[in-house]
Amino acid sequence: MSTLLSVENLSKHYTVKSGLFAPMRQLDALTDINLTVEAGETLAIVGESGCGKTTLGRCIINAQPSSGGRVVYHPKAGGDVELTALNKRQIKPWRQDIRMIFQDPMSSLNPNMRVFDIVAEPLRIHKVCKGRELEDRVVSTLAKVGIPADAVGRYPHAFSGGQRQRIGIARALVLDPKLVIADEAVSALDVSIQAQVLNLLEDLKAEFGLTYIFISHDLGVVNYIADRVVVMYLGHVVENAPTEMLFERPRHPYAEVLLEALPIADPTRRKGRKTEVRGEIPYLGNRPVGCPFHTRCKYAQDRCRTEKPALRPINGTAQEAACHFAETLELKGAYEDAPVTGTYA
Amino acid sequence: MALDTLDQMATRPKARAVRESQLGLMWRRFKRHKLALVSLWIVTGFYLVALLAEFIAPLDPSAYNPRYTYAPPQGIHFVSTDADGRWNFGPYVYGYKTEIDPVALRRTFVIDEETKIPVQLFVESKPYMLAGVIPMSVKLFGVTEPRAPLYVLGADRLGRDLLSRLIHGTRISLSIGLAGVTLSLFFGIIIGGFSGYYGGWFDSAVMRVIEFIRSMPTIPLWLGLAAAMPKDWSALQTYFAITLILSLIGWTELARVVRGRFLSLRTEDFVTAAQLDGASDWRIITRHMVPSFMSHIIAAATLAVPGMILAETALSFLGLGLQAPIVSWGTLLQDAQNIRTLATAPWLLVPGICVVIVILSLNFFGDGLRDAADPHGR
Repeated sequence: MSTLLSVENLSKHYTVKSGLFAPMRQLDALTDINLTVEAGETLAIVGESGCGKTTLGRCIINAQPSSGGRVVYHPKAGGDVELTALNKRQIKPWRQDIRMIFQDPMSSLNPNMRVFDIVAEPLRIHKVCKGRELEDRVVSTLAKVGIPADAVGRYPHAFSGGQRQRIGIARALVLDPKLVIADEAVSALDVSIQAQVLNLLEDLKAEFGLTYIFISHDLGVVNYIADRVVVMYLGHVVENAPTEMLFERPRHPYAEVLLEALPIADPTRRKGRKTEVRGEIPYLGNRPVGCPFHTRCKYAQDRCRTEKPALRPINGTAQEAACHFAETLELKGAYEDAPVTGTYA
Repeated sequence: MALDTLDQMATRPKARAVRESQLGLMWRRFKRHKLALVSLWIVTGFYLVALLAEFIAPLDPSAYNPRYTYAPPQGIHFVSTDADGRWNFGPYVYGYKTEIDPVALRRTFVIDEETKIPVQLFVESKPYMLAGVIPMSVKLFGVTEPRAPLYVLGADRLGRDLLSRLIHGTRISLSIGLAGVTLSLFFGIIIGGFSGYYGGWFDSAVMRVIEFIRSMPTIPLWLGLAAAMPKDWSALQTYFAITLILSLIGWTELARVVRGRFLSLRTEDFVTAAQLDGASDWRIITRHMVPSFMSHIIAAATLAVPGMILAETALSFLGLGLQAPIVSWGTLLQDAQNIRTLATAPWLLVPGICVVIVILSLNFFGDGLRDAADPHGR
């Protein structure tokens, strides 16, 4: 496998002013993010709301400027492209390779455009083709996601949520991309429709040789679709591991808490109340010193309050975690008492 | 195969029903608002009158006749009984006779029910240009007898026909509303659009300017500007100057509406999607953003028209807007300024009734449009 995209020391901060005379404050939405995406894999980014996963996705695709670090795209043809250094015109050709699927199918399709024009828009902007060829390409892409040819003249309001999301997928795929960033692509959908869309994404990945960055807060979905999982907390990557290893034995206490929060569909196996994570996610402008998670971690010790742990490989495996005690802590995985595989199969 | 289907869809009339456009949906919602629908017809009627003023007005609005000063309204009657008690159908008006007030020795006109002057449709008249472009020599209605009086709504101080003046005034007053709003819309969309799409310091600056302009009392501002107009300007120049003065305030409201729509749309996912498609700003604005708020803008503009009409009326009424040879509702109401005239010739207030009807109708129509344009409304 070759690396398709690498994120190096990426950071993003916002400056906010709470009042007219209040001092400027800096909010660190992303701090020193390092990760790589291999060609052909599905990389999931998980974390609770506000942890920066959507910001990361938007910074990677350059929908908003990052404050530091680099995002480098490695096209198959060779020649690395530093996406973060490009201006609007320079990045345009690469927009064909890296596409996005949005969370809310209600707001991501222009209500004033017919489905045909919505899907044709990227082709027209990039002047890929026109006329008959364009029509054929749009209709066949829509057919791949299960939208029949006689519906292409309708407006988005005539479709259900699942259908709209599939139209959004068609819009992302019509340019024949290499990397697709799916930002909470299924979380606005009903569970039954989620399964349908996830299976569609899997099929399309196999058919077009796609690579996915799958941003989600739903570990059940992530377990089903992802090859590797990046766990984020407060703008940091706290764990980066192959899906099975993470679910088997997480190495970061935050990952453990996330896994524990997975609902178990079988009442007989439910063991009392779940342990809740203590406290609230800290305000970004007032981030704790030391390990970002120490305010809520039940294993926290003095060292965690002063020294910030770096992301490092655990015992030489593919599993990386940012915890001082990653090797020694006996953290609970999800497989032992609640196999989550096969939920959507 | 794909193409066949597309071609079929274009030609097959049945598919139309399924593919209802945003405008079609809007019209369906609008139709449910009965008051707005009635208002739409009233407004359309008034604008039709304004467009066809020369054809509909029976007389020349500036033709005076000192024999009939303050002649009361004749009204149009349709059924008459002749000497044998039989009914005759056909429009006619009564003539006038003069009475001398024994105390004040003042001459007054009273309706003379003995004389009947028939009114005919499509009568020959002196040649004129309809709306300044189409040469015509037929009026909608009039009298054929030479020198017979026709004052359906009465006459003014100089014996001019109020109805004809009202019809010509409708043209000026309604068009100044439209012209003012068009001008405001032009400035509003450009300034508000820039402000909302790019945001930042430009947005803050524009908003502060708008707040400043809106904090000024409008009537004194207009008075000052109108007073600064050179007296030797032609009627047309004055007309455009007044339009400009009115839209000086008017654009602020529309700029705010446009800015608000831009701000809320800028964060919509479909706009982000277009940005990520690599679309240019121009394409995003014209293809993705403007179509989705055009209906709101039209509704807001419609609601701004009555304000313009009222402002023109107020300025002209005070003698600072349009000046005498131009006939507008405001200049017509100037005649109704003193109480003695009103006591003897109350029909001079009819332009005021027109103002009320048109303003109310435009407001109801605008409300209906706004409700119909709101996708979240019921």
